Amino acid sequence: MNSWRRFIVIAAFAAAIVAVVVLNERAAGSVAGGGARETIRLREVAHASGIDFTHQAPTLDPKISNIAPHVGALGACVSVADFNNDGWPDLYFTSSRFGAPNALYLNQKDGTFRDVGAEAGVADVNRPGEGVSMGAVWGDYDNDGFEDLLVYKWGYPQLFHNLGNGRFEDVTAQSGLRRWMNSNSAVWVDFDRDGLLDLYITGYFRSDIDFWHLKTTRIMQHSWEFATNGGKNLLFKNLGNGHFTDVTDSLGVGSTRWTLAVTAADFNDDGWPDLYLANDYGPEELYLNREGKRFELASAGLSDDSKSGMAVALGDVYNRGQHDVFVTNISEKGFLFQGNNLRLNFLKELGRFDEVAKGPVADAGWAWGAQFGDLNNDGLLDLVIANGFISADSTHDYWYAMSKIAGAQGNIFEDAKNWPAIGTASLSGYERSRVLLNRGQAGFVDVAQEAGVTDRLDGRAVAMADLFNRGVLDVVVANERGRALVYRNASSPPEPLSRGERGNHWLELKLVGTRSNRSAIGAEVTVEFGNARQRQVVDGGSGFCSQNDRRLHFGLGDQRLGKVTIRWPSGAEQVVNGLAIDQLHVITEPR
Amino acid sequence: MTTSAQAPARSLAGIVIDPKYLIVFLITLVLVVGEAQYGILGGYPRLATTLGISVATEVLLSWWLRGRVANVSSAYITGISLALLIKPQANILWPFALGAFLAIASKYVLTYRGRHLWNPSNFAIALLVLVAADSVAILSHQWGNDLGTNLVIWAFGLVIAWRARVLHVTLTYVACFIGFAVLRHFIVGGPLFAELAPITGPMYQLFVFFMVTDPRTTVSTRRGRMIVVAIVALVETLIRLAGDYQLALLRPLYVSPPILALAFVGPVAMFLDLRRTASAA
Repeated sequence: MNSWRRFIVIAAFAAAIVAVVVLNERAAGSVAGGGARETIRLREVAHASGIDFTHQAPTLDPKISNIAPHVGALGACVSVADFNNDGWPDLYFTSSRFGAPNALYLNQKDGTFRDVGAEAGVADVNRPGEGVSMGAVWGDYDNDGFEDLLVYKWGYPQLFHNLGNGRFEDVTAQSGLRRWMNSNSAVWVDFDRDGLLDLYITGYFRSDIDFWHLKTTRIMQHSWEFATNGGKNLLFKNLGNGHFTDVTDSLGVGSTRWTLAVTAADFNDDGWPDLYLANDYGPEELYLNREGKRFELASAGLSDDSKSGMAVALGDVYNRGQHDVFVTNISEKGFLFQGNNLRLNFLKELGRFDEVAKGPVADAGWAWGAQFGDLNNDGLLDLVIANGFISADSTHDYWYAMSKIAGAQGNIFEDAKNWPAIGTASLSGYERSRVLLNRGQAGFVDVAQEAGVTDRLDGRAVAMADLFNRGVLDVVVANERGRALVYRNASSPPEPLSRGERGNHWLELKLVGTRSNRSAIGAEVTVEFGNARQRQVVDGGSGFCSQNDRRLHFGLGDQRLGKVTIRWPSGAEQVVNGLAIDQLHVITEPR
Repeated sequence: MTTSAQAPARSLAGIVIDPKYLIVFLITLVLVVGEAQYGILGGYPRLATTLGISVATEVLLSWWLRGRVANVSSAYITGISLALLIKPQANILWPFALGAFLAIASKYVLTYRGRHLWNPSNFAIALLVLVAADSVAILSHQWGNDLGTNLVIWAFGLVIAWRARVLHVTLTYVACFIGFAVLRHFIVGGPLFAELAPITGPMYQLFVFFMVTDPRTTVSTRRGRMIVVAIVALVETLIRLAGDYQLALLRPLYVSPPILALAFVGPVAMFLDLRRTASAA
């Protein structure tokens, strides 16, 4: 009898091994491709649109030449704004090498762009002694009706005042913002609702580090999970006279985690904009705004997870009228499965976020920038993720070498000289971008291949805008050491998408603040259609070193549009009924 | 990761303690400190799954195949070890469930002369890493890379290894690792600290205190155990050199050199030792 029992146990043992193989293949399949009915079509048109921008990576002090490709793999960023108020969104790209110009692409309204960065005075910003660009955010800090530009750097940030005549003036010196920082993100936010845009600039590396004159090689994180030796984040209050003052410590937002991304929105519905941080080598942080007087670090279930936050994107994923949060992280077969976080916002109900990422949402490789946007106007926010860290020699992989020190004591790898040389090796290189179609309760499915997104560049920033004023969102991707890509939305709403299917509709809103900041950054808009209510916020900076067009785009599917509720940054609430669909509406805040 | 009553109970301050319970205490300490300080589990369902299935499998199979319910301390250690070491794709539980079952079942299936050949946790993790790399990695949590925490665990670990009479195994491995690290430093040319760094991390704590020291899957003589563990360190170094020289064919191995080295060397040593002792008898 014992022999047949043993046979059964052996059979169960073998069956368990088979189950491991099968389940593993299913896991791999879930991140590899679609299978869903494809309803997103994108076409890469950067060159055809006149955009030929290639990011240049920084060159750093030779003292850290062993890991320079790793340290200096940042800075390819893109931000969207209509800087000349002609009703067409323009694009600003950053480069990160001394002498390499940033670019301001003027939308010529005919499907093409022209680089006017030099004549506008915002191109030549990467200079020895001043630092190199790591990103930029647009906001009308002086409420003169023209979007101004902040360029954050590894170096001195620069504030450019938009003169309204196509030119910008560098007003950094008198602004009080000339503080050396090694920053990789910033966000405009009117934290005290005084009608003036304030500025939160994050620190990544410590601010005493000058990457071109290193005094020490002890510049790296002291923990892969709980590092607090990064640069200090700074909050600058706009005094309204062109000057900003540092209120970081009095407001309690001086995190020294390695912040790579920040965004602002009212997460807990108390009427005040909060700050959400994605930190490398540490847990995410949510600073809840207490009526503009101070910020409180909320637990909200975020401290349970410590990963490598790269980007923070906001989207009302299931049309619940909430800001859900997507934070990118790292996954590499065999070595590391941190997984991206998709956190559903239950702050009001439960005081926390619930992390629900799985399949293609969780595993997108070494993920960087990401943005939500309804790419097919079906009423559900889709998700675009840019991927890949260092694409170099594809036959050499740095993962093993990095794994040697990843588990070590912090004081070993805090010193860059203890890192194995990366040489020409790749590190999660040649990864493909993801386009995740939101199918509601059925979850997300990756349709990148079918949608026409096949590039394998090292994606960093993703921004979305209706670049050609057609009622569809286009996607712009800035790539590290690579050319910028413009994915033109090739769907053609409101025409039928396929036979027998009704066309999808849309609504776009451009908000103009009066009591609030003129850019209306921070305005919260809830659009009701059918049984859904989708919430969006006017973007002061989000994703990874990017900023979407501050015009809001809502896909409506084939549903009837209901009321539109706007909560202005001033606190005023406005309800608008009867808006026509398939149109852009300019709404000015009631005085 | 299992321990046995092979070593006689020893007196500690007048109290007789079976060595296996010292190991149970140590892994519980690692679990509690790691979870309290750094949240190393990544969710209690993982621990509940591995512990529950490990213990249930042990109870069921020992009763069904051997007619008596085995002591579950070994399954307890295995369950905790798997919960700490398996780091799968987000929010999937099956690697914990199947890993726990396979670990314990391997003790009843992969046997020779009535003894199992693999350390249960080592077998399960090696299998998962090799055949389920799309879903499973090992220990991405590094316990904060904090020196203080690691010193505490090393201190407790060394004392308990001494009490459990396996300190010679631990120290032999550590000495060999350091020696081979220096050798790799000269061969590869990278920073010496980069080669030494791995052993300062938490995965190695679990490895040197719970896996290579497992009395049930180590050979019968003290000298033999030291030789075997030295060979494990040698094979680990060969895998690491393969990683340094980017031998693509061996990439699946260098995601976790020590665990895979033990998975290869341990059973062969056990097989030869069991055959030798049987012949001698």
